[in-house]
Amino acid sequence: MLEIRFHGRGGQGTVVASKALAFAVAREGRYVQTFPEYGVERRGAPVVAFTRIDDEPIYIRSKIYEPDHLVVLEPTLIGAIDVTEGLKPGGWIIINSEKKAADFPQFKGFKVATFDATSVAVKYRLGSAAAPIVNTAILGALSKITGFVGIDAVREAVHEISPVKKDENVKAAEEAYETAVREQEQP
Amino acid sequence: MSEEIKWTKESDMPLMAMSMGRMTVNKTGSWRNLRPVVDKDKCNKCGICWKFCPDVSIKMDAEDYPVVDLEYCKGCGICATECPKDAITMVKES
Amino acid sequence: MQKVIMGNHALSWGALLSRAEVIAAYPITPQTEVVELLSNMCADGDLDAQFIKVESEHSAMAASMGASAAGARTFTATSAQGLALMHEVLHWATGARLPIVMGNINRAMAPPWTIWTEQTDSISERDTGWLQIYTSSIQEIMDSVIQAYKVAEQVYLPVMVVLDSFVLSHTNENCDIPDQSKVDAYLPKFENAYKLDVAKPAAYGGLTGPDWYYELRYKIQKDTERSLDLFEETGKEFGEMFGRPYGLVETYKLDDAEIVLVTSASIASTARPVIDQLREEGHKAGLVRIRVFRPFPSDLLRKLLQGRKKVLVIDRNISFGMSGAFYEETKAALYNEKSAPPMWGYIAGLGGRDVPVDVIKETFLETIKEDHPEGDIIWIGVKK
Repeated sequence: MLEIRFHGRGGQGTVVASKALAFAVAREGRYVQTFPEYGVERRGAPVVAFTRIDDEPIYIRSKIYEPDHLVVLEPTLIGAIDVTEGLKPGGWIIINSEKKAADFPQFKGFKVATFDATSVAVKYRLGSAAAPIVNTAILGALSKITGFVGIDAVREAVHEISPVKKDENVKAAEEAYETAVREQEQP
Repeated sequence: MSEEIKWTKESDMPLMAMSMGRMTVNKTGSWRNLRPVVDKDKCNKCGICWKFCPDVSIKMDAEDYPVVDLEYCKGCGICATECPKDAITMVKES
Repeated sequence: MQKVIMGNHALSWGALLSRAEVIAAYPITPQTEVVELLSNMCADGDLDAQFIKVESEHSAMAASMGASAAGARTFTATSAQGLALMHEVLHWATGARLPIVMGNINRAMAPPWTIWTEQTDSISERDTGWLQIYTSSIQEIMDSVIQAYKVAEQVYLPVMVVLDSFVLSHTNENCDIPDQSKVDAYLPKFENAYKLDVAKPAAYGGLTGPDWYYELRYKIQKDTERSLDLFEETGKEFGEMFGRPYGLVETYKLDDAEIVLVTSASIASTARPVIDQLREEGHKAGLVRIRVFRPFPSDLLRKLLQGRKKVLVIDRNISFGMSGAFYEETKAALYNEKSAPPMWGYIAGLGGRDVPVDVIKETFLETIKEDHPEGDIIWIGVKK
């Protein structure tokens, strides 16, 4: 079983990112389970969401305490909270950032990949310029970098899940898939 | 018009407490101690007694005078109390 | 059709597939999405139903009762304080023998304000005569709504389909949504033999004296007992038609089990990998998930549990001054049996405290360690 934890801020589409990944994986015929950590959600407050993926039915219904991989939609959370809490050694940390993986030396022992999803979201006018919605772009990057899910399934899932600007969201995911760099840097 | 449903054992009962047919089977006139009597000389046919009767036991006749249905009238006296012309008197049942 | 949907939407889909004709509901966290999707389904014409907006849960149930009395297949949903506000009319729905189906999202009772899961809200309504199904997956939620109507409409009793707040209500997972034609074949149109009929006027629920009220209660109990078999039959038939059989309980690795966990809802789901772990470590562990809590499957539990070495029960609810409800009732069911096993009652997960694999395993290991239970409540993880 694969367990993935998403970190973001309220309003960025963190919960939808975890759902979109699940939608895409289910399209490939696998079992998924996805849920947010519910609390008092407010725009800007730290948000956590989880996705489980397996070839067999999933029975565990607790939170994920020791994720295999992380997706960080908001780089300013790094340092503000302990994003790597419980993360298994060697796991991916996919960060929405214009910086390089080498700029995150604190993540020793993990595989770090960065992708500037914010620029892609702004380019396709997803959300507002002040609060871009980066989830569909980061999903395209995740598909390329980790190979957990194919881009065809991502394309379909993004189309299904986007309430507005379906085509723009699909283009953002595709552009992220094409431009994300798989090579990892291990700080 | 529906019929009175009667039973003597639980298996014959309906599942819920349905009235035995309509409530019209419940002849409440037998509860009465006092009977309303209308004085047509005083009555101005305003219909207030008809409106207030809680048991719908007052009907207006062809000339618009109130007629009490003694099969159902419980003798509560509300009609006599409400009548603005004091045209209804409550008389002891003998 | 394969879809990934949330638990709340599984309730809405269940109502849609059952061709609910009237929906009356008042929104409350964490139930809101149930009503949102149903109102969309009505507005879009996917569901040919009257959607009645009401001003409280009491009114939601009152409107549902009116619709059901008129012969309509009726659906509503609520949670916690909303369910408590319905309490008076819940008794009425049963006494009036109205086959309403309601989703209840298990949310802990306030104060303090909380939105997270606990079963005390629906457990508090166990004596209202509503039949209760506790679900443990998104698929089961949808399937249970359809089965609930099939049982309700044969015994003229209301059914509550219960799911955990967030752990099920807001979790998205794979769900097979069957074809409408198949559901129609399983659940035909309902003809209510007692519906309000202007051609045959009658007054319902009027004053009934001590000479017959007693018999009406007897009839409710008899039909409730009859629903035990109906839950089994309709669950089996559902399995034949849709490939997913259901029963009063679900068991896992029970045959040779010496130590058996009895629990419900999402905790019973997380317990499965725990059983696997314990088996690998050499313990003969097994699981009984109580799915139908009302009527309580006492006979079946006697069959499944007597002669076992030890039984432990995990409750995510509490009857203050007594114990957890599933423990209390399981123990009561076995009291007269000569080979009744000793029974441990654990309380866990109140107010949405997470119940992961480790916590369930801890209850097993505690039980394995001891010879005899001490007291009726064993608390797990209280910060002392």
